[in-house]
Amino acid sequence: MSILIDETTRLLVQGITGSEGSFHTQRCVEYGTRVVAGVTPGKGGSQHLGVPVFNSVERAVAEMGANASLVFVPPAFAADGILEAAEAGVPLIVCITEGIPVLDMMKVHRYLQGKSTRLIGPNCPGVISPGKCKAGIMVGDIHLAGNVGVVSRSGTLTYDVVSQLTGLGIGQSTCVGIGGDALPGSTFVDILDLFEADHDTVAVVLIGEIGGVMEQEAADFIRLGMTKPVIAFVAGGTAPPGKRMGHAGAIITGTAGKASEKTKALAQAGATVSSHPAEVGLTTRRVLKTM
Amino acid sequence: MKVHEYQAKALLDRYGIPLPRGKVASTTTAAKEIAAEIGGKVMIKAQVYAGGRGKAGGIKGADNPVDAEKEAGRLIGSRLVTHQTGVAGVPVSRVLVEEASEVSRELYLSLLVDSTSRFPVMMASEAGGMDIEEVAQSAPEKIIRCHIDPAIGFQPFQGRELAYGMSLDGGQVGEATRLMTSLYRLFVDNDCSLAEINPLGVTSEGRLLALDAKLNFDDNALYRHKDLQELQDEEQEEPLEVQAREWGISNYVKMDGDIGCMVNGAGLAMAVSDLIQHCGGRAANFLDIGTLNNTDRVVNAFRMFVADPGVNAVLVNIFGGMARVDVIATGIVEAYRQMDIRFPVVIRLAGTNLKEGQRILADSQLDLIEAADFLDGARKVVEAAKGARR
Repeated sequence: MSILIDETTRLLVQGITGSEGSFHTQRCVEYGTRVVAGVTPGKGGSQHLGVPVFNSVERAVAEMGANASLVFVPPAFAADGILEAAEAGVPLIVCITEGIPVLDMMKVHRYLQGKSTRLIGPNCPGVISPGKCKAGIMVGDIHLAGNVGVVSRSGTLTYDVVSQLTGLGIGQSTCVGIGGDALPGSTFVDILDLFEADHDTVAVVLIGEIGGVMEQEAADFIRLGMTKPVIAFVAGGTAPPGKRMGHAGAIITGTAGKASEKTKALAQAGATVSSHPAEVGLTTRRVLKTM
Repeated sequence: MKVHEYQAKALLDRYGIPLPRGKVASTTTAAKEIAAEIGGKVMIKAQVYAGGRGKAGGIKGADNPVDAEKEAGRLIGSRLVTHQTGVAGVPVSRVLVEEASEVSRELYLSLLVDSTSRFPVMMASEAGGMDIEEVAQSAPEKIIRCHIDPAIGFQPFQGRELAYGMSLDGGQVGEATRLMTSLYRLFVDNDCSLAEINPLGVTSEGRLLALDAKLNFDDNALYRHKDLQELQDEEQEEPLEVQAREWGISNYVKMDGDIGCMVNGAGLAMAVSDLIQHCGGRAANFLDIGTLNNTDRVVNAFRMFVADPGVNAVLVNIFGGMARVDVIATGIVEAYRQMDIRFPVVIRLAGTNLKEGQRILADSQLDLIEAADFLDGARKVVEAAKGARR
C-alpha cells in the first residue's frame, strides 16, 4: 500500500498545454502514471501528448473518471483552478504552482472546510508512490519502492534525502511534498496521520523548515498519536530572523519559527532528529535497525 | 513587502482610521514648517523599515519649530541602528513630524493570517506600546484573539468582544468596532500580511488614535497592487539584495559568512548553509537559483559572488529536478569566460542531465573542485575558504 496515490490513480492535469504542464505530464506518463485527461479552458476537444483535453474539470471527471488533479495553472488563476477541481468532486488535488496570494488560498481553505477533497501544496513538488504513480515534478528515478514514508516542506532537499535513502537501499512507500507556503492545503499532521494508518509504512522521515508552527503541531501529534518512528530534520538553523528564505512560509517572525525550537519540540516528542541534512539517510537506517 | 510608517498611515487615513496630524519631511526646513503648521509640541520620527526606533533614539519630541528643525537635522542623513538592524544600521532620509498626542492609555491591535486556522486573526491587548512577543511571553492572558471567517468578514460582535476585552467602554466600543472593521477592509483590499497599530492610543478625551502603524504586504499579491509596488524603498534594503533582484535573482539573502552559495531550491539552500556551519564555516548568502533553465541567471549568480567583497569561496550545490544540470554547467563555464574569478569554487551536481553537465565542465578544463555529495561539498568549501583567507 501507499498513501494518496497508487496504481488506481486516474490523473487529470490542469494547465496541461502550458510549458511546465507539458514537460511534467510527459515525465509522469513515462513514470507509469495513468494520465487520463487534461484541462485548458478554450482547448477542449483537442489532444495533447496523447491525452484528451477538456474545457472544464467537470467534463474531464465525467468523461474520463479522473480521481486526482495535478495543477500547473499560473499563480493569478491557480486558486480558481483548485476551486473548480474541488467543486467537480475531485478527491485529491496536488497544486504545484508557486506564488499564489495568501488571501486567495485563505478562500480556498474556507471553501474546502467540511468537504472530502484533500489538497496537497501549493508551491510543492507533488506526490510520488515509487513504482506505482507519480503526480508531481520530482525526479522519478531517484526513488525506490519500500516502507518509509517521506513528508517535507521542501522540494530539492527532499530529492537529496530520498537519494540518501535509496543509496542505502531504503525504499519509500510514498513521498509527499506539502510545499513551502505559509498556508499549505495539507499539514505535517495530516500526512503523518495517513502514514500512521498505512500498513506498508513502517517509519516516516519528516523534513521541516523555519517559519510557522507546523513542526510543533507535528510534535504534538507524534507524542499523542504516532506509534511509528519519525526521523526528522529542520532546515534553516542558520537563517537570519525576519528574512524570507525563498519559500513564502520560511520566515522567522517569532521564537516558535526558529529551527532550534522546532527541533527541540520534535526531539521531545520522541522523533529522532538528524544533526545535519546529509545524515538523514544514515539516521533512518539506524532507527530501522532498532525496530 | 514593507512600507514606511508615513505610507502606512496614509493608507489608514484613506480608510478613515483616526491618526495624529502630521506630515513627512525630507529636509530640516520642511520639518520646521510642518512643526509650525501643527503648532505646539511635536514628535520627530525617523522613517526606517526597522522596528525598535524609540529605544534607538529614532523618535524625539520637540517643543517648538526650532527644536523640530534641530532634531530633524540629527536624524535626516544619519543611520539608525536598532536591535532589528545590523551594526551598519539603516539610512534615515525622511522624518514624520506629528503632533504629540496626550494619551491616557496605550493599546495594541493587529491583524494577520493565522497559519493554524488558516483564517485572519484580529489580536488586541491592553498592553500596548511594547513588543507583542514580550507580552505573549510575560502575560499571555492580556492578548485576546478573534478569528475571522473570510466568507463573512469581520463582524461587529467581534469588535465588541475585543473592545470590552481591552476595557474600553461607552462610545469607545462603537468607535473601536468601526476602526477594526476599517482595518479588516484595508487588510483584505490591499493583500496585507500584517496590519499592526501599536500603540493604539486612548486620548485624555477618550478618543482612539493610531499612534504608530505597520503594514506588510504579501509579495505574491503585489502584481495586482501597482500602487503599492511603487512605495518600495530600496534604500532601506541590503544593497546586494537589491542588486540581486535587478539581475533576476529574486531569492537572495545576504548573510554574514564568507562562503558564497548557489543552490536550487529554498529548502536545500537553507540546508546547505546549515551544513556549512556544521563543518565549521559560514555562508555569505542564501541564493536559490530557481528552476528557470537560463544560463544568464547562473552567470548573474557568479556576478553576485564577485560583487560581494566578503566571499572567499563558493559552493555550487545543484540537485537537478526541474533545473537541468547541463544548463547550470554551461552557465558556470560562461561565468568564467566573462569574469575574472579568483576565489575557489566547489561543485556538487546531481539529478537531471548530470552526465551532460559533467562532460561540459570536464571539457572546459576549469579549475573547479568537485564534490561527491552534499557533505563532501560543504567540507571542501570550508577548507577552500580557510585557504583563501590566508
